[in-house]
Amino acid sequence: MAGATLRPDEKLDVREILRDLEHYRPRRRGWVWREKLPPGTKVGPFEYRQISRPLDRSVALPAAKYFGGIDPQPEVVVTTEIASGRFEDDIRRMRMAAWHGADHIMVIRTTGQSHFDGLIEGTPEGVGGVPITRKQVRATRKALDLIEDEVGRPINFHSYVSGVAGPEIAVLFAEEGVNGAHQDPQYNVLYRNVNMYRSFVDAAVAKTLMQWAGMAQIDGAHNANATAREAWKVTPELMVQHAINCAYSVKVGMAKENICLSTVPPAAPPAPEMRLDLPYAVALRRLFAGYRFRAQMNTKYIESSTREATVTHALNLVLSRLTSADIQSTITPDEGRNVPWHYNNIAALATAKQVLIGLDGLRDMVKLDDDPNGELERKAREITERAVLFLEEILDVGGYFEAVRQGFFVDSGMYPERNGDGIARDPEGGVAAGTIVPRDADYMAPVCAHFGDNHLPEGTRADRPCDLIGGCTLCNPDKIVYIDELDPTDNVDTRLATLEAGPPGLVYPEVEWAADRVVTMTMFWPIDEARAEAAALETARRLGLEEPKVIHKEVMHPAEGTLVEVKGRVTFGIDLASLKTPEPQKPLSPDEIREFVRRRGGVKVVAATVGQDEHSVGLREILDIKHGGLEGFGIECHYLGTSCPVEKLVNAAIEVGADAILASMIITHADVHRMNMKKLASLCVEKGIRDRVLLVAGGTQVTWDIATESGMDAGFGRGTRGIDVATFLVRTLQEKEAHSEGRNDPGPGGGSSEGTDSGAPAC
Amino acid sequence: MMVRPDDFEERRRHLAGMSDEELARYFWELADKVVQPLVELARTHTSPSIERSVLLRMGFSSLEAKAIVDRCVERGLLGKGAGHVVWKLATARGMSVREAGVALAEGRMWDEAVSLFGAGR
Repeated sequence: MAGATLRPDEKLDVREILRDLEHYRPRRRGWVWREKLPPGTKVGPFEYRQISRPLDRSVALPAAKYFGGIDPQPEVVVTTEIASGRFEDDIRRMRMAAWHGADHIMVIRTTGQSHFDGLIEGTPEGVGGVPITRKQVRATRKALDLIEDEVGRPINFHSYVSGVAGPEIAVLFAEEGVNGAHQDPQYNVLYRNVNMYRSFVDAAVAKTLMQWAGMAQIDGAHNANATAREAWKVTPELMVQHAINCAYSVKVGMAKENICLSTVPPAAPPAPEMRLDLPYAVALRRLFAGYRFRAQMNTKYIESSTREATVTHALNLVLSRLTSADIQSTITPDEGRNVPWHYNNIAALATAKQVLIGLDGLRDMVKLDDDPNGELERKAREITERAVLFLEEILDVGGYFEAVRQGFFVDSGMYPERNGDGIARDPEGGVAAGTIVPRDADYMAPVCAHFGDNHLPEGTRADRPCDLIGGCTLCNPDKIVYIDELDPTDNVDTRLATLEAGPPGLVYPEVEWAADRVVTMTMFWPIDEARAEAAALETARRLGLEEPKVIHKEVMHPAEGTLVEVKGRVTFGIDLASLKTPEPQKPLSPDEIREFVRRRGGVKVVAATVGQDEHSVGLREILDIKHGGLEGFGIECHYLGTSCPVEKLVNAAIEVGADAILASMIITHADVHRMNMKKLASLCVEKGIRDRVLLVAGGTQVTWDIATESGMDAGFGRGTRGIDVATFLVRTLQEKEAHSEGRNDPGPGGGSSEGTDSGAPAC
Repeated sequence: MMVRPDDFEERRRHLAGMSDEELARYFWELADKVVQPLVELARTHTSPSIERSVLLRMGFSSLEAKAIVDRCVERGLLGKGAGHVVWKLATARGMSVREAGVALAEGRMWDEAVSLFGAGR
């Protein structure tokens, strides 16, 4: 099949993914953990204690360039949740996420699917998630196969086995190679008002199927955090919820190592978060030893500030490192203001990688206080005792169903305190009430991975009930019936056709869906909040943005100013063919550069930070041998320091007979950098050396265009390395040589005034 | 719903003497007691979704599974197992499981299917 591998420089072809889906089979089943590397494994200059096998392809943290570009990967599985409503857009985001370290991709279901009594088919558009269908699951798994090959690490695909169609979804997931799922009957009961009997009866079959497929199960206890008014007070109840799902799962046959507790640090600053959350995290891990921990980030207290969310999440990651995590989930920092955008999934993943790697091996140096009379141990014990009392009272009142009826759960009091604000459900009520029936004495189901009484005809092997029907779909996937689409208009083909019908060659900015055209602007207004908001919206309108909306504001001072972030849609696309972009140049190898310099008999540069500018780091990195700078290639560097007058630099170039002047300009206030470039160029013309010296400007705000427009031969911006500048010098000098040789044929040394006479050493 | 002040200190008296290990063991004993009747309920009951999941595993589409289960519910046959109904009809008529299920999904042969389970229904 064409397109069976992805190329990093090509976009993912959704049409190719959709082709021949009816014949797609998953390449494996079950959950995959990361391949941990032994403590002490070296990556670049460092030893690590908690890392896993590196990725073949990835995007490293921005600061990695100071450490040789290393991208060590934490040992825990890292989750991202993707939920745009259109799977064809989601799979592009999954690919970006994988490059940033996600190997657990959780697909949020569309609103309302948990009350849909049956499977949905095709690819209808969702709200706040995607409708989970066979086609959607298959296309996504197929795309993830390609993506995991591209990054070189297995990717776990995950969704939800909840609602009133749990067993069917579980069959679908088992058949299609979905690797993990949320499954917790309590979630249905408390948050989806699904009838409680139905929920538990269905769950047993769903869990049995998940166990058959080796899927990881994640419970739903974290939702109590998000629901209870004072989330840190529900910790005893959280333990009870975890225990009910764990004990139930084990009793229906699930292996402990496939059962993951979904646990969230319940508090957030300005609460003293660590002192509230650490004792709970310690108590939970102790009580549930043998189970797995999926550490989720806090969502309860996220507002529109992505900065605030990121700091809370960083604290959550500290907690994971102080205790433990098998799966580290991430929450996008924009969760408090919209359905997550592409780059915020990436931001959350980068936060997790940054903090987990930054805290590598922390527990080898920092120990938790194990004094039984210390605050940590006392509080951990207290939470556990409160949870025990909760279980006792459930049994006292007559069991789980009665306890739910009485509103035991999601009460905001710290149990045994009760505030009377819990979620109460009627055992005889809820969605799908009255739908379970007793199994008759001759009940029979001729399929594998079934739970409960099953009166197979005599002679049937208990481990192969499907022999009765010549194999079930789990044993013979060819029996699976694939339905492509049921809705002739609400489907992926229609959506793709609409996109493709647009003007060809145009590209649009996007945050969520292809061509959604959304951009954001950040503004500071030196006025009060209310008027700043109005002014920001008016600005967006005048700049031509459609449907401008304020997505965040923050008071800097009641009178002195307000920060406002606005989103809106641009009304145009950009014709790629009309864009001028500099040719990306592959740098020469160090050996090629050295060889040229040697053969030419040397290359000399003078360099300085010009103007009233004391920044030295950037230019030193370009020059210094120890940073892989020009000196390392045998280029003779005369560094004149910072705040160097342009005249002094030109004079020095004349004095040493430099081949190039390197001028660093970090300060750009009032366009001083452009003025200095122009001054440098005109001074070189004035002194008669412009033809024999290359002028190179560099700085964080310098671009190729700004530099060349201002009379330079080259401009280098942020992220430039010495080898990039060396490559430019060598290539340009080579061209000049070739040029002058061609003109002065039959040979060099023919009295050229060009000053590039390579035959004569410059000094 | 109940409103109650925090009476933890009073309630916990019988736990105070337990070691951490004893407390943990007690916690899991209680949890097992809470879930035992729930597991028992699941063992002895079925639901439309469970029966549709059986039919999916037998090689029927989601649409066929829904049609068969809805008619099983109407005729009080769900307690037999929807897959059982299909299998029994196929066996009795010498048809393939697939043929029998498609017929039932299309609303055919139900009288015969019902009669196969006789008065025991």
